[in-house]
Amino acid sequence: MDKKARNAKKKGIIKSLWPYLYGSKRYFILGTIFMLTAVIASYVKPYVISFTVDYAIGGREIEDAPNFLMNWIESLGGREYLIEHLILCAAALLLCQLCYALSVHLRGRCIGTASENMAKTLRDNLYSHLQRVPYDYHKHVSTGDLIQRCTSDVETIRRFIVNQLMEVLRTVAMIIFAATIMFSMNVKMAIASTVMMPILAIISFVYFKNVKKQFQSADEAEGKLSATIQENLTGVRVVRAFGQQSAEMEKFTHDNADFKEKNYKLLKMLALYWGCTDCLGYLQIAISLFTGIYFATTQPEVFSIGNLLLFTTYTSMLTWPVRQLGRVLADLGKMSVSVERLNEIFDQEKEKEPGKALKPQIRGEIEFKDVCFGYDTYDDVLKKISFKVKPGSTIAILGSTGSGKSSLVQLLQRLYQCTSGSITIDGVDINDIESGHLRRNIGIVLQEPFLYSRNIMENIRITRPDASDEEVYEAAKVASLHDVVMSFENGYDTIVGERGVTLSGGQKQRVAIARMLMQNAPILIFDDSLSAVDTETDAAIRDALSLRKKDSTMFIISHRITTLSTADCILVLDDGKLIASGTHEELLAKDGLYKRIAHIQNQLEDELIEEGGM
Amino acid sequence: MSDYNYIEEQSYDSKIDVGIWKKIFRYALVYKKQVIIAALTMILTSGIDIAYPLFTTYAIDNFVEKGDLTGFGWFIAAYLGAIAIQGFCVYNFVKTASKLEMGISYDIRQDAYLKLQKLSFSYYDKTPVGYIMARMVSDIARLSEMIAWSVVDLFWALTYLIGVIVILFVLNWKLALIVMVVIPPLVVACIYFQKRILKNQRTVRKANSRITGAFNEGIMGAMTTKTLVREEKNSEEFVEITSEMRHASIKSIVLSHTFMPIVMLLAAVGSAIALGVGGRAVVLSAIGSVGLIGTMTYGTLSAFISYTSNFFEPIQSLARILAEFQSAQASAERVMTLIDTPCEIEDSAEVEERYGDAFDPKPENWEPITGDIKFENVSFAYKGGEKVLSNFNLDVKAGQTIALVGETGAGKSTIVNLICRFYEPTEGRILIDGRDYRERSQLWLQRSLGYVLQQPHLFSGTIRDNLAYAKKDATLEEIRAAAQMVHAEDFILRQENGYDTEVGEGGVRLSTGQKQLISFARVILANPKIFVLDEATSSIDTETEQLIQNAITTVLKNRTSFIVAHRLSTIRTADRILVIRGGKITESGTHKELLKQRGYYYDLYTTQFREEQSQGILNK
Repeated sequence: MDKKARNAKKKGIIKSLWPYLYGSKRYFILGTIFMLTAVIASYVKPYVISFTVDYAIGGREIEDAPNFLMNWIESLGGREYLIEHLILCAAALLLCQLCYALSVHLRGRCIGTASENMAKTLRDNLYSHLQRVPYDYHKHVSTGDLIQRCTSDVETIRRFIVNQLMEVLRTVAMIIFAATIMFSMNVKMAIASTVMMPILAIISFVYFKNVKKQFQSADEAEGKLSATIQENLTGVRVVRAFGQQSAEMEKFTHDNADFKEKNYKLLKMLALYWGCTDCLGYLQIAISLFTGIYFATTQPEVFSIGNLLLFTTYTSMLTWPVRQLGRVLADLGKMSVSVERLNEIFDQEKEKEPGKALKPQIRGEIEFKDVCFGYDTYDDVLKKISFKVKPGSTIAILGSTGSGKSSLVQLLQRLYQCTSGSITIDGVDINDIESGHLRRNIGIVLQEPFLYSRNIMENIRITRPDASDEEVYEAAKVASLHDVVMSFENGYDTIVGERGVTLSGGQKQRVAIARMLMQNAPILIFDDSLSAVDTETDAAIRDALSLRKKDSTMFIISHRITTLSTADCILVLDDGKLIASGTHEELLAKDGLYKRIAHIQNQLEDELIEEGGM
Repeated sequence: MSDYNYIEEQSYDSKIDVGIWKKIFRYALVYKKQVIIAALTMILTSGIDIAYPLFTTYAIDNFVEKGDLTGFGWFIAAYLGAIAIQGFCVYNFVKTASKLEMGISYDIRQDAYLKLQKLSFSYYDKTPVGYIMARMVSDIARLSEMIAWSVVDLFWALTYLIGVIVILFVLNWKLALIVMVVIPPLVVACIYFQKRILKNQRTVRKANSRITGAFNEGIMGAMTTKTLVREEKNSEEFVEITSEMRHASIKSIVLSHTFMPIVMLLAAVGSAIALGVGGRAVVLSAIGSVGLIGTMTYGTLSAFISYTSNFFEPIQSLARILAEFQSAQASAERVMTLIDTPCEIEDSAEVEERYGDAFDPKPENWEPITGDIKFENVSFAYKGGEKVLSNFNLDVKAGQTIALVGETGAGKSTIVNLICRFYEPTEGRILIDGRDYRERSQLWLQRSLGYVLQQPHLFSGTIRDNLAYAKKDATLEEIRAAAQMVHAEDFILRQENGYDTEVGEGGVRLSTGQKQLISFARVILANPKIFVLDEATSSIDTETEQLIQNAITTVLKNRTSFIVAHRLSTIRTADRILVIRGGKITESGTHKELLKQRGYYYDLYTTQFREEQSQGILNK
């Protein structure tokens, strides 16, 4: 990548993080101020000690002492007074520490609040964005990857703000303060006290840039180890059924040993790093100490014991943060990668209203006019579908897997946009109806319904949280669900979904039906949503439904003739085309798919008689 | 890894349980040498840490105060020597503690995994994979890390604390006694805060795993959310969770930013006392008089100031170690419980003696298996549950094919589990070739058993690895023959690398139907005497199913087999079909006989037949 492009990228990162930082600007500014006061307090404290030792105890004249301080001491009674009241010096020391303590506490509070606010806003925005991108997007991305981005990448950015950014600022502030004080006091000593620091920072930087590979291979070994355990656990039946325990043990031993070796190798490298940089750091302190002792011994009039203590203290205060600085800088790359990964999500546009966003009263008259549709750029899922539905009628759809049945009903909800042609409800193009309004008026039950991680009661009344328990029971009864739920230990309080009880496919479908009934929508769609319940229950549910939902327009996708035969109109789809439509009787009168399926019943009788020898 | 965290949040404030820790520390004692080296290097390190201020003291008193640099060279040499030794010590203890950590985690994992290979199915049926994963991965990692590094820290902290106190008393015992007043409040503050901090971190972790869960739900349920127009509501609810997270996180940050300042402030009280009282003594010493605490030099004063300001470090370390032990106790308990779980199905000592165990079998003593299977008054109940089977009798001659039909929960899988000896009868017995199968080893039976599951499980590796799972030395010809037999070769060769195609973790890169075919071929290759097909072909498309139907018939010839099937068309040729309802055989006979009875089987068959035919026409 050339320099220009890289700069552009960097700018993009700051630009995309800026709103989040800006949102908590007050906390950031306050936090930075408290960080600075903490740094100042931490530098004043050694000065108090040095001043006490030199002036009060040692009786030396302090040339560079601030005037106000000397004036104040003079007004109290000079050095003699201080000697008698050393407690004043001790109190000053404590005061410094108190300032420091308060600053550190407040800095933590501010920066913590700022970074957590930022992380929270980032998470909230991500979540709400993901809720509002077109469904098509979700079909194309992997769940695991998205979750990874929403959790680890956000964490990387948060950590960058709360640890790294503040750490860098603090270290820089410390270097500036310390350098100013030290160089103004004694240039030679100042040089001796900082000479090793750039080396230390550079070594850390280079080291952590290069050890990445080792970290990665240790991570991979860990991933492999967990995968092996997980596989063994999920495949325990296979392992036992084949009596392969000893082979599995061998495999695990290999992975376990590999994990141990890789980690040990990494940790050994870290050991080397800590050992070496500790040496270097202490060497820096030693150089400062040696030079100080030399000056204090040979030129006591220029360089006092207090100065010596001051310089060695400043040096040891500065050494370790400088080492850390190298590491932080080496880790910066991680942050920018995370920001980019999040930006990729935010770059995905949200679902938009394509038309006038009307909210008309919906009766349920539906017309498809030459509707074509295809995923991505293909235009082959639905081909020129046209039909008309009167309000309150029931439409059954028959077709093979991949014939476009599900796409057809999903177009009605505008989960996808048709590529050409138009769909109207009560004469209004659905593109002109606000999507929320449209979907609220169309209830749909999917073949593999998704239930939220909460109890059954809450799941059913999810669209109407204020609905009474009785209403829920009633809907559940229509869906032949009530008795099933009552047989559960916790009844309607049974938690389902990801972290709850696993319901069978048929039970899930019935919960979804009850949930949809609570919506009271004038248009209902059953997308093969009774496939997992037995035929008797299927019939019972449909009977109850037709009683309750007399005025609703209903779409039923099914391949059960008993289900199909009662519909006002049956649409037969094949390979994206509408090949036949009409009532049960009309379709029986014509040769075709429907007739063949419908005649199976008779066929079956014949065959059974043959087989059973009756 | 953090995914498993939400499981591990249990008891926290428990008292230290010595018994558990003894067991854990037994793992550390294997590495006696490392423990000793680590301890010694830590003692040396803290010795040098203690020595640094003394160097300054010596220099001030002997060079600066006297204005004479004699011996400065030696001083420098000694100081640099100390630095070199310390650098080496740091390198050494990090290395040793790492070795200890990795060694302990390796050993505990080996033990736990070995246990997992022996535990019976009743354990697996009750314990979710996530729980076991949490124990195997995060709990063990946490424990070994804690043991290794806390040993190191403990030695450092104790030596440092004792060393500093001794030196202060030697330098000036009266002043030492005075500055010691800060120790009790330091100890109290450290213990109090460390505990609260760890507890709070737990809350943060919990909140974090809720966020992950919510993201997961938001993404997985995207379509449902759109159809129910729940976007707004979901986002609102999500905000509640992130608010909780923010609250807990800020609390955690504030807590640690309260703790450190307070501790350092307390330490500064010590320094202030040293400066005030000690400084006075230095002044008095300079004019030749002696005060309350005796004489004092500049060097001693500087030593007091620097020791008092570092006082808090060992105390803080000790408090942290204590708190960590308390919070890791739950991990320790969970790991030890896993390792100590008793196996419900175990071969008796005599059986093991004769036939060997799963890891050291003695196949030379195994009797060849013929395949007669007999259930004799078998009753069975899952632990704490109702009887699933009662007084169940069944006699199967070698080579027969038995089909089991019935609703979910009727007892079909229980029968299969009992045949495979994944469970043993609670009452009665199961005879294989005329002898109670408990008189032989589990491996004896399972090596002669072929079991194809409804949810076929493949292991990551190539298709070939998976086919040869039960027969590692199979030649490619044998493997291909098995694959051809179930008509799997077509799709295998269509894969990118044919037989050497990686199937991915759990076989994700293949469809369920393809996985079923491979797991079927895998069994054929193992050439077992007894076959169990548990809904083995449910996800294979009708066309392929018809193809392999013939293969099944060929394969099952001369083998005893049990077929559990929902699709009744696959069991028409069985020697006997058993309808199982409520743990009992309600209908039994051949397909034709059962159809004639016009009972449950007849109803089931006609309904299914209808649906299958319609599907067939539709999907032609």
